[in-house]
Amino acid sequence: MSVRSAAARLSDTVASPAEAATRPRISDLAARRMRDARRRRITVQALRLLAAVVWLGSWELTTRLGWVDKFFFSQPSEIVQKIWYWITQGTELGPLWDQVLTTMEETAGGFVVGALLGIVIGVALGRNHLLSDVLGPYVKAANAIPRVVLGALFAISLGLDIKSKIATAAILVFFVVFFNAFQGAREVDRNLIANARILGADNRRLTTEIVVPSALSWIIASLHTSFGLALVGAVVGELFGATAGVGELIYSAEQNFDAAGVFAGMFLLAAIALVAEALITALENRLIRWRPQVITETRI
Amino acid sequence: MPQAIELRGVTKQFLTPAGGVYTALRDLDMAVQPGEFCAVVGPTGCGKSTTLALISGLEPATEGEVELFGKPVAGIASGIGYVFQADAVFPWKTVLENVAAGPRYHGASNQDARLQARDWIARVGLAGFEDRYPYQLSGGMRKRVALAQSLINGPRVLLMDEPFSALDVQTRSLMENELLGLWSSTSASVVFVTHDLEEAISLSDRVFVITAAPGTIKSNYVVDLPRPRNVAEIRFQPRFVEIYEEIWKDLRDEVLVSYERQKRSGAA
Repeated sequence: MSVRSAAARLSDTVASPAEAATRPRISDLAARRMRDARRRRITVQALRLLAAVVWLGSWELTTRLGWVDKFFFSQPSEIVQKIWYWITQGTELGPLWDQVLTTMEETAGGFVVGALLGIVIGVALGRNHLLSDVLGPYVKAANAIPRVVLGALFAISLGLDIKSKIATAAILVFFVVFFNAFQGAREVDRNLIANARILGADNRRLTTEIVVPSALSWIIASLHTSFGLALVGAVVGELFGATAGVGELIYSAEQNFDAAGVFAGMFLLAAIALVAEALITALENRLIRWRPQVITETRI
Repeated sequence: MPQAIELRGVTKQFLTPAGGVYTALRDLDMAVQPGEFCAVVGPTGCGKSTTLALISGLEPATEGEVELFGKPVAGIASGIGYVFQADAVFPWKTVLENVAAGPRYHGASNQDARLQARDWIARVGLAGFEDRYPYQLSGGMRKRVALAQSLINGPRVLLMDEPFSALDVQTRSLMENELLGLWSSTSASVVFVTHDLEEAISLSDRVFVITAAPGTIKSNYVVDLPRPRNVAEIRFQPRFVEIYEEIWKDLRDEVLVSYERQKRSGAA
């Protein structure tokens, strides 16, 4: 024990001797733990802010000094101005909020459709070995092709409105969720299945009450990744042809050699992704209440 | 009156991943009377658990006949309770939902199932824990949930596969006493698989000794100790020690055979 911490404890005691005498030592320890945790949180936040300042500051500085060409790489102040302009004056496609909302609708739509199909088909194939043996090679082949090119096909067949974007997003989400649901359904603890059967569960109950809940922790893990993919699908769909959306905004900025517009669009997408991530985490906590809370320090 | 459980000339073979055939049980005969508490002891890997799987209908016998109350077993038999060695309570269900599962699967209304479940939860001493999830319970408490989950269905045959082997010694003898208490209020026949001879004798009316694999019944012993018993103290009775020594002579040879084989396959 260092002299300083001993002294600090001494001065604590001196400050309120009556309290120190009655208070059990254990709460002392708990209080110190909480103080340490708070201090750590503050440090992390401060370092995060510092990282942003260094990153944006060096970007701004190098472009201002002309070391980096701002025609190609823009600069933070211009990007902020651009976003502010979009907010106050609207974009060339209409009010900014409409563009953000369009992209969010496409993303959410594709995410829900893809995830539901992935869960249903994944669990079905996981439960039925004949079906999975028959369809296995096709699924693997379909998974191997770069599916974003399907966005072009959907733009032709489904038109330039929201449907083609939802389809593109859904197909990207589907495979990720499908493989997790499939694996989850396959790896159900055999004891749990045996127990449910002995207790009298029929096949339907076995699926809904044992297989799906058990697969859920696999599926949920995939939802974090797949929401990001849904956003990719929506934006790529917009790039193939659209009349609204953040992807279309980026596309038209690119057509005008407006680097600030491209970056501004990217920042908007990042903001959407962060909000969605928070929503998914909330959903996760709601769905798997039965699992012990794992507190990880390294969570991002 | 037919036997509660009867196995006649039962053989069980499995295909090994390498393509060979592994004989777990060979020509096994065994009969359990209604309301009888039987223990099955034998060395590791002798097919004790396989016997339970055959009785429950989880696995079909390769040869021979398995009957419950005179009726051949085909598929999962009704009127069976099964307490597994590993935790088999459903982790995503609360204690109440876990115990209520059986009646619900048998068509009881949600409300009725919950009412029955509350009663059984109280009987196994878990009142107040209805809304906990299994991860919030200790190992002993999870075993109580598993017991209530099985007994709520009113089984005529209760199969137990080393149910208490993962518990510490004190919790274990508590649970053994509670099991005897719960069992005495039912008329179920019990088949209790264990590798612990002391546990087998203190709980049961009859002890079956199974040989090293391929397993078959080597001998069976009647345990004529009076009931009700206190599991924690019964082992000090002279009669207990006599029975123990008698069965141990039989069991020791099989344990040695099994041990030698394991050593050899471990060296190979």
